[in-house]
Amino acid sequence: MHEVSLAGDILQIVEAAEKREKFARVTLLRLEAGALSGVEVSALRFALDVMAKGTCLHNAIIEIATPPGQAWCVQCHMTVTIMARGEPCQQCGNYQLQPTSGLELRVTEILVEDE
Amino acid sequence: MCVVCGCGNGKITRKVNVPQEVHHAHNYVRVHEHGSHDHVAVDVTSGDLHYGAGPANVSVPGMSQARAIRLEQDVLGENNRYAADNRTYFAEHSMLALNLVSSPGSGKTTLLCATIEALKQRASSLPIAVIEGDQQTSNDADRIRATGAPAIQINTGKGCHLDAKMVGDAFSRLPPHYHVGDGDQGGVLFIENVGNLVCPAMWDLGESAKVVILSVTEGEDKPLKYPDMFAAARLMVLNKTDLLPYLQFDVASCIAYARRVNPSIEVVQLSATSGDGMTAWLDWILAQRKAQIGGG
Repeated sequence: MHEVSLAGDILQIVEAAEKREKFARVTLLRLEAGALSGVEVSALRFALDVMAKGTCLHNAIIEIATPPGQAWCVQCHMTVTIMARGEPCQQCGNYQLQPTSGLELRVTEILVEDE
Repeated sequence: MCVVCGCGNGKITRKVNVPQEVHHAHNYVRVHEHGSHDHVAVDVTSGDLHYGAGPANVSVPGMSQARAIRLEQDVLGENNRYAADNRTYFAEHSMLALNLVSSPGSGKTTLLCATIEALKQRASSLPIAVIEGDQQTSNDADRIRATGAPAIQINTGKGCHLDAKMVGDAFSRLPPHYHVGDGDQGGVLFIENVGNLVCPAMWDLGESAKVVILSVTEGEDKPLKYPDMFAAARLMVLNKTDLLPYLQFDVASCIAYARRVNPSIEVVQLSATSGDGMTAWLDWILAQRKAQIGGG
């Protein structure tokens, strides 16, 4: 359910850019939600679709990239890929992992049109 | 990316993917075959050709112009700025702020009331304040106030978590002497988050640590089912241990599961109603506070 709050935050970021850059509409919104970011991408997409109506995001295409998680394996002394928290290291099967990336939740880019 | 129109449909490095319907949204017919990769818009009235009328910002005055704006902004950036302000304020006032998170019904408020009473005995000069988060009612704040500690209730309405601004607003409404303090005068602020094992994991409130409370009447595999919260917490309090004889709850498995998602998570087992294990919990709080004020 927190995806609704996050969609509101995303809309605020886009509307701040609208005020600054004075464009007419957003045609493409590009987001990044890492595999370990704690975001359910389908719920976020749904929330954005609902909230976009009546804003500059209306009818914008929404692309959400989901980079995989990466973690430092204490046993293997190397960076390994994990798709979710609680997964073991693929190399050694151990759980001594410290996530290093895939935690990000960002608005990376918008494509806009002026009138 | 095509360097003329900015679209990504050509077999060139993909940068911006411009959908057909938003590409050249004006009174031109687009002749834009990416097989041959032409970049021509044709004016239907005059037959004039227009090159470079796309998101690469090769501007043609008076024409609808698509452009890309890099933002690279953290979605939680605004919350994190408020959280940083809270954290600075708490540090300046030597205040230990603990963000208590759990499912509904884990016994957070009962634990808080028992903790306040126990701290009164053990560290009577220690100022304690509470911020209570719930969707509705001030029942929990009323229970806290009955212990003598000041409490502010935040009702989130339909919201599923507290955010940093709410906590800052609530903190400013606590009695003034909880805002002052220097050195070892600083007290403990308990923030009882909305009962929800999912959403509050993402919101930094400016706390010193998140404490996740799990009662033994819940499943021992909750750390695996709700990993984000257990990953975000510094301490797991296993509550209601007085009920263990009546339950099939494998404590060792539960702790092992919590350490799968967070290898460094600390664990305290207690019963807020019987008082067993409360000493270890108070030890932990006082050690955190000591660290907060730079004493170790």
